Amino acid sequence: MPPIEQETSILSMDPPEHSRLRKLVARAFTARQIERLRPRTQAIVDDLLDRMIAAGSPADLAESLAWPLPITVICELLGVPVEDRDRFRVWTDRLLSLSGTEIEQTMQARESLDAYLADLIAQRRVEPTDDLLGQLVLARDEDERLSEGELVAFGVTLLVAGHETTANQTGNFVFLLLDQPQLWQQLVGDPDLVPAAVEELTRFVPLGASAAFARIATEDLELGGRLVRKGESVVTTIASANRDETVFDRPDEINLTREQNPHVGFGHGVHHCLGAPLARLELQLAVGTLVRRLPGLRLAVPADDVAWRVDRLVRGVRALPVAW
Amino acid sequence: MTDTRWRITVDHDVCIGSAVCAGTLPNRFKIVNDKSVPVESEVEPDDDVLGAAESCPMEAILIVDAGTGAVLAPEV
Repeated sequence: MPPIEQETSILSMDPPEHSRLRKLVARAFTARQIERLRPRTQAIVDDLLDRMIAAGSPADLAESLAWPLPITVICELLGVPVEDRDRFRVWTDRLLSLSGTEIEQTMQARESLDAYLADLIAQRRVEPTDDLLGQLVLARDEDERLSEGELVAFGVTLLVAGHETTANQTGNFVFLLLDQPQLWQQLVGDPDLVPAAVEELTRFVPLGASAAFARIATEDLELGGRLVRKGESVVTTIASANRDETVFDRPDEINLTREQNPHVGFGHGVHHCLGAPLARLELQLAVGTLVRRLPGLRLAVPADDVAWRVDRLVRGVRALPVAW
Repeated sequence: MTDTRWRITVDHDVCIGSAVCAGTLPNRFKIVNDKSVPVESEVEPDDDVLGAAESCPMEAILIVDAGTGAVLAPEV
């Protein structure tokens, strides 16, 4: 796949530029601020499940809960109209695709997303808002703390990273819990285990379908006993680090009550997931509410028949047929 | 020239070892046993240190004016 030039993404920037951008939104994503979203997020989960239950068993959990939950939350946080979701999902879907034959479509999707965000930004210049996008526009216009290109790219990144990740992991987590019903029953019996379970599943279930982003050494360094020269790239594998037998007792087993769990499912260092507290909240509420409201939840098809997305940056089910 | 010093402490009950701080300012923070530790507990005033504290997802980094005890970060 040919490289796509994207200079202003926070995902690949180094300090101090990275720190300058991250600082602009860091406060909105602290554990303390995210905790304030709990009642609203719980209400969204309940509303989605009300509708799924009313429509009747079986249902596709991916479309009923896993996708609309994080999309709704990040839209409300950013100030993106949630009713536009069918439009931008086509673009974000294309953006995370790895199929190399349709590079023009990937570029086109990026341009469409950029134009969409630019339009929302322009609206905020006419009518200021206090959502996150509105705050970033003020940071640009009043304090010149980021460039116009950075502003648009940041909006795109927050929107895409704000839902693709959690949406896929919600489906992946629930699939795994229903495929190993003793785990599901353990949570049904003791819902207080849900936060620890989310940590363990974040450790155990790889989000990336491939290696993570390549990181390029800015200076010579020794890493794992080998010399990495300035300019050379290093590809880390988070999924492997999360199964490190020198760190985790029985790393290949899922232990929902694991006490020491220093996993790197959200990364490590300056690029540690900005949205980690939000992802934790959404995953905990999604799994916890399912366990409480639908304790008899089960896969509606044999596990082998659950279809998985392929050629994508992140792993995820295409659909998750469930019954109750 | 100022005599003001800032005191840096990291609450290890709250720190999750994300290493956002240590990655941003390796001269100010290091990770020891999965927790952040200030390289020096008192430093000269440095806006980058405030930035690192403000970027901590857990708000585990406390910066106070060593002379007055005033809390400089995190913001309330």
